[in-house]
Amino acid sequence: MQNYNSIEVVLVTVQEIFRDVLEDDGIVLQYETTANDIPEWDSLNHIALVVNIEKQFKIQFTAKEIQDFKNVGEMCEGIFEKTRN
Amino acid sequence: MDFLSLKKNLKKDYTGFPKYKLAIVGDSSTQLLNQAIKGYGFELKLNFDIYEADYNQINQELLTSSSDLYYFKPDFIILFHSTQKLLTKFQASSDKASFANKHINYLNELTQAIKNNSTAKIIYFNFLEMQDSVFGNFGNQLVQSFIYQVRKLNYELMNLSIQQKIFFINDISSLNNVEGIKNSFDAKLFINGDFVFSLDFTVLIAKNTVDIILPIIGKLKKCLILDLDNTIWGGIIGDDGVENIQIGDLGIGKAFTLLQSWAKQLKERGIILAVCSKNTESIAKEPFQKHPDMVLKLEDISIFVANWENKADNIRHIQSILNIGFDSMVFLDDNAFERELVKRELPEITVPELPNDPAKYLSYLTSLNLFEIASFSEEDTERTKQYQGEAKRAILKQSFTSEEDYLASLEMEADVQAFNKYNIPRVAQLTQRSNQFNLRTIRYTEHEIIKIVADDNYDTLSFTLNDKYGEHGLIAAIVLKKESNTFFIDTWVMSCRVLKRGMEQFIINQITELANKKGIHTIFGEYIPTAKNKIVEDLYKNLGFILNGKIWVLDIKNKKQFKTYINAKL
Repeated sequence: MQNYNSIEVVLVTVQEIFRDVLEDDGIVLQYETTANDIPEWDSLNHIALVVNIEKQFKIQFTAKEIQDFKNVGEMCEGIFEKTRN
Repeated sequence: MDFLSLKKNLKKDYTGFPKYKLAIVGDSSTQLLNQAIKGYGFELKLNFDIYEADYNQINQELLTSSSDLYYFKPDFIILFHSTQKLLTKFQASSDKASFANKHINYLNELTQAIKNNSTAKIIYFNFLEMQDSVFGNFGNQLVQSFIYQVRKLNYELMNLSIQQKIFFINDISSLNNVEGIKNSFDAKLFINGDFVFSLDFTVLIAKNTVDIILPIIGKLKKCLILDLDNTIWGGIIGDDGVENIQIGDLGIGKAFTLLQSWAKQLKERGIILAVCSKNTESIAKEPFQKHPDMVLKLEDISIFVANWENKADNIRHIQSILNIGFDSMVFLDDNAFERELVKRELPEITVPELPNDPAKYLSYLTSLNLFEIASFSEEDTERTKQYQGEAKRAILKQSFTSEEDYLASLEMEADVQAFNKYNIPRVAQLTQRSNQFNLRTIRYTEHEIIKIVADDNYDTLSFTLNDKYGEHGLIAAIVLKKESNTFFIDTWVMSCRVLKRGMEQFIINQITELANKKGIHTIFGEYIPTAKNKIVEDLYKNLGFILNGKIWVLDIKNKKQFKTYINAKL
């Protein structure tokens, strides 16, 4: 199993999931990236993103967490924390 | 199949696929379901044109004649009330003991409104049997508990769908029995977006919805072809001998017994069973004749093919006797090599990827839901005998040098009747199932046929055929639309089982006879080509019609009756 030993590694994996789900290989994620920066990242695709991230990292988000992510950085931190536990 | 791959299908090219119009209306969010259904359609080469109603607009869309939904003219209305919303409504109800009955009354109202405003069929989701843990297990003993009312509702829904022929149930409760609420429900999707199903469960629902649509649009399975060794019994009959194969209650034999019992039930409801095995025929038949634990007997098998030829060729042979499409056949074989060969040579046939462990055969096969139907008639149960008769006729035919002598020897007799309450289910089914001998491919439900029978502007004819080898049952149906002194053949469908018997000539004789009685002098016919009905391209020409534009015309004034070898039953 992949070892997500840093937030950078998490970011690379999350970027792959974004490219796959949003069907755009040109997507480049930064920690500051928000839904406003990526046109395909709407509320419907957000669901598919979250569910695929959960499957990939074998984690579960709470309902509140997925509402509260302000940007990709917070999302990656949340994932990183959960994979530590 | 996961949600993401269905979603990716949305950007693919659907041109050339047959189009069906679906309206989706629910009391919860429906966008994900919409995407999953559209994407699943691509897998089956179907283009679903979907109208998605705004969130929670069931009454506005269905009780108002001028709604956008009715303007869209859907073929199917996919309607769902979520169990979550039902629970909220239940909690607010003051008369909990009659909650289910009230909901059924409301659904009857919606169904009536849909009938008044549309020709659509309804696909309605039943309810997940959720325990709200207010009364616990004791809720089973209390009529005013949620679990009692939700189960009653699911039961009454079945009764409603028996009465309302346009009402089809999407049995998501059974899907949920397999998946469980832990998997079918995703709390964060519900809290954040009012989606009541998880993404994975949404995919299963999309498939189940399309499963219901398929037989209504004429796509259904009619035949199950079975391999023998390690498929319907354990072991190799040629090596192990009849006393050593595994079948019965002991050990792994049980898995094969379960599979055979299921196949037998399918046969009894009208699926044709055939055998296709690499074996010496006499040895392959031995277990059927001698083994006491065999559930399937030789008389259950319509066509038995055991030899050392290539399986694809053997399946072609089975297909030529049955005269049904390859896409209506399912082939079961434990051997991956044989499966690949058949899939490569006959891509239309369904070939399930049987699990390696025979213990999992049956649960895997039932999960595929291959044998969906849209109607059922008593004649379905007679089908095996009919096809066994067909196999005998094929052998007899080889002994005659002239076609006429052969036909005369069959002693054929046909019963000609207008549609009536006894044969309407079978007539509807014939319009739904026939793809090849079908001039205009218009599908009718029982409900629509009943309307036609009651309408003075229509005449109808149904035909059964018997011969010395048995009964074919009702094999042809004609709908004639009267316009002043003419007939227009709205529908002519016939079972391909009775091709080349002179039935076409017999039918046109009957139509002209009826026309003469009614003072009608001209008959119009139309051929609407589809991918499958090329077989009747020249039917009207061969029966003496003359093409005028796109319409075939028969002037019956000087029309001579065709000679046939079929007698009308008096």
